[in-house]
Amino acid sequence: MKTVLPSRRELIQNALALLSLCAAPFRARAQSAEGQSEEFQKLFLSLTKGAKIKEGKIQITIPRLADNGHSVPLKISIDSPMSQQEHVKTLVILSPRNPRPLVAKMNFFPMNTKLNMATRVRLNGSQSLWVLAQMSDLSWYSQSAEVEVTESACLDAS
Amino acid sequence: MSATFAPRRVWAPWRSLVVVFLWMMHLSAYTLAQASTSSPGWLNPNERRSGLDFKSEDLQTQQNDDAINPAFLWVDQGAKMWSESATPQTPSCQSCHLHAPTSMKGVALKYPQWDGRTKQLINLEKQINDCRVKKQHLKPLSYESDELLALTSWIALASRGMKLEKNIAQNLVPAFERGQAFYEKRIGQNNLSCAHCHTANFGQRLGGEIISQGQPHAYPAYRLEWQKMGSLQRRLRACLSGVKAEILPFGSQELLELELYLNFRGQGLRLESPGVRR
Amino acid sequence: MGARILIPPSPKAGDVIDVRILIQHPMETGFRHELSGSVVPKNVLRELRLDFNGLVLLDAELGTGTAANPFIQFQTKLFESGWFNLRWVDDMGVQGSERVQCFLRTS
Repeated sequence: MKTVLPSRRELIQNALALLSLCAAPFRARAQSAEGQSEEFQKLFLSLTKGAKIKEGKIQITIPRLADNGHSVPLKISIDSPMSQQEHVKTLVILSPRNPRPLVAKMNFFPMNTKLNMATRVRLNGSQSLWVLAQMSDLSWYSQSAEVEVTESACLDAS
Repeated sequence: MSATFAPRRVWAPWRSLVVVFLWMMHLSAYTLAQASTSSPGWLNPNERRSGLDFKSEDLQTQQNDDAINPAFLWVDQGAKMWSESATPQTPSCQSCHLHAPTSMKGVALKYPQWDGRTKQLINLEKQINDCRVKKQHLKPLSYESDELLALTSWIALASRGMKLEKNIAQNLVPAFERGQAFYEKRIGQNNLSCAHCHTANFGQRLGGEIISQGQPHAYPAYRLEWQKMGSLQRRLRACLSGVKAEILPFGSQELLELELYLNFRGQGLRLESPGVRR
Repeated sequence: MGARILIPPSPKAGDVIDVRILIQHPMETGFRHELSGSVVPKNVLRELRLDFNGLVLLDAELGTGTAANPFIQFQTKLFESGWFNLRWVDDMGVQGSERVQCFLRTS
């Protein structure tokens, strides 16, 4: 049997694939508020009490470009049965660039259907919106989504 | 006519005058139509589009679903104010005007109109205050107050879905023409007329936003920028500040004439009030 | 301050229903200024609570990052008819409440 050596192109492609796999843990670490402002990190710590933040479960739907920063529609969907044994205890919405980053903190209770919630947030400029969820077993999950917020085209002094 | 009088033939010059008057009105209507359609601010009927067409899907959903449309907080307040008496001695709006969704159908579309008593052009806001003062003996509500917005949005809701069909009566032609002239006049530090953006460049982008045709049919509307309900006049003032022009006061003659013109310019569009806008 | 609690008319027991809350409140950030130059004081709808027949479904603390006229929607399942009760309080201590009755249809 003839051994076919990989071509240089194939070697480079495989190397890049390996590198991208290694990059995954870097993304997970980013969820722990490193790189954010000190105030935000303090708030994050006060909420999670230093617990390990897991990925997954949370799905955020938010427009990529907001109509207006004063009211941005936000949908959050969490993969949890919301039963007595397993449910989302607390949902926290954070906006790092807002003067007061804590947007909302909501406590939910077992309701036997997936948590699909919607609200409208105010964003002070383009940023990544963060969502933290604490489960009934006290574990924490987080997710973030980027939103572009532009200034209104015309000055409104009405 | 009394049967005791014997009929006799009389020469009635007034009949000829009526004929001449009717001919002149026809001529005026013709002249008005000619003046409008050839002007730079005008849009052809098939070109006219709602501001909602230029908005994102999220905003369209917010307007089209009454359950999540924040304007309905004011509508609810208006419904309550309509049926309640401010004092035991005061008649409620309902006591004269009955059930608003029925009795107010088409009413919002008639404004601005000529008020024979005060001999001036009035909009719905002025009409409501007129009623409050003369019939209910209450103080007028200030412009952009939650109460006045509540009543205007409740009344306008009764006409939702009806087409804008503005007929300009003979005595309103001068006011209409002034409104049209204002729409087409360059104003402000930016030296722009309404027509520059809303007729010549609708659909194009200004900053991150798409320019609409400046149609009036969604007002009073909940504007995200204001974080509350506002009237058409407030939106016009916002535009005036946008081009860095003098911001005309609420209820001013110029703003009323501009409202009159805009309602005529937007004929054929269906009322969307209470709308949601950016 | 008006509020709306919107639920589907006559849902069936066990159906997943959308519950929508909309409360009229300016959610003043404390960063806005009057024309005179004075600051408009911060006043947000600090806490709200929604229960159904006394059972708490949602307990929320809102901040200045929540848009004016707060809107919250979520899903739940009901197994009996009853009342949704919404209560809230803002920074000025002004309390509000709203309630709506939900009748479950039997067939």
